[in-house]
Amino acid sequence: MTFNAKSMTENQVLTADAIYQLLAEVKDPEIPVISIQDLGVLQQVKIHENSVHVGIIPTYSGCPAMHAIKTDIKAALLAHADYYGIDRVVVELLDKPVWTTDMITDKGKAAMLAYGIAPPLNAGEQSINCPQCGSDNTQCISEFGSTACKALYRCNRCLEPFDYFKCHA
Amino acid sequence: MATQINNKALHTYLLRLADSSLTMGQRLAEWCGHGPYLEEDVALTNVSLDLIGHAQIFYQLAVALSDDSQTADDLAFLRDSHEYRNPIITELPKGDFAYTTLKQYFIDVFSVQLYQALSKSSYEPLSLAAQKALMEVKYHLKRSEAWVERLSLSTDEAKVRMQKALNDLWFYTPELFETDAALNELIEQGVIADLLALKTKWNEQVKTLLQRCQLEIPESGWVATGGLAGEHSEHLGYMLAEMQFLQRAYPGCEW
Repeated sequence: MTFNAKSMTENQVLTADAIYQLLAEVKDPEIPVISIQDLGVLQQVKIHENSVHVGIIPTYSGCPAMHAIKTDIKAALLAHADYYGIDRVVVELLDKPVWTTDMITDKGKAAMLAYGIAPPLNAGEQSINCPQCGSDNTQCISEFGSTACKALYRCNRCLEPFDYFKCHA
Repeated sequence: MATQINNKALHTYLLRLADSSLTMGQRLAEWCGHGPYLEEDVALTNVSLDLIGHAQIFYQLAVALSDDSQTADDLAFLRDSHEYRNPIITELPKGDFAYTTLKQYFIDVFSVQLYQALSKSSYEPLSLAAQKALMEVKYHLKRSEAWVERLSLSTDEAKVRMQKALNDLWFYTPELFETDAALNELIEQGVIADLLALKTKWNEQVKTLLQRCQLEIPESGWVATGGLAGEHSEHLGYMLAEMQFLQRAYPGCEW
């Protein structure tokens, strides 16, 4: 194999698509199976020369994960700074659009379910099904759960407790 | 014709919104580890977190309007009680669970109605903030309303405590709707909500529930006032002393 010095040093083209691909690896710190894109938090990528501007929106107003998400975005992009020739990453908290659970993609909801969290109901859906056994015979134990976005439920069939990602719209 | 918004008045109003959310959130946080049972402990502190989040948003809007270099943290942690603009009800000590619950219910009804109205504000940043907060306070109201009903219609002890809470809190509620000349101007411009209209709406909704819960509204006597002008109860100073201790002792400290 011949060593090609040129291709090792030349920067790859910095495009929004490339950034979106890198950011696909950034997950919600509380639900580490869903990407910030599938959660609806990632809203904007802008490239200006060698600097990247990423616009995100908060889920719940007081959600402490936003700080971690900002840090994770910077780390994910700066890890490839040399490759893409990125010299600055700015993460901005946008005030619009206003986040709702309708922004969570189907892929995101499927990942949540596989992880053991019942995803937020779609319009028209009535029952919250157990993520373990699928039964619709479930009961709310507490409207508030382990994080601001979740409520605590129990399945009356398999008796397992589970988190429900609250509908927020 | 677009009229010029009075920035100073709007700044003060944003502080009123932020200070109300922050003091409510701080009082709820005092329940951490003291809730009647685990799920309720989690619920109280979750609501607290949302309210502190709302305070942060409103402080940031205030910062954006102001020429000085104060940050949202400065507004929360470096102002003294006479500079706070919340109505007195939000700073009252947490009391027992009945008192906290009824106070929360009063504020939740008010917040839902207020943010519904503010969602239509002609000042877009405020409208967006209200839309966001509205989704969360609607959820809070479901919980506090259910608790008021559950406690009022349960044991004798709970009924007595709920009635006492109502007697103690009722005359703090009119202050929620208080305005002054500067606020009235903002109301006329459609920047903030018509608080007089909200007062009627709030009273209707609250009185319907209190009646269903067989709670008696106390006879009129005195009415709390002063928050808008920075005249507070003694309780706010003690609360701020605890809440602001870290920033005062270690200026600029972050984590």
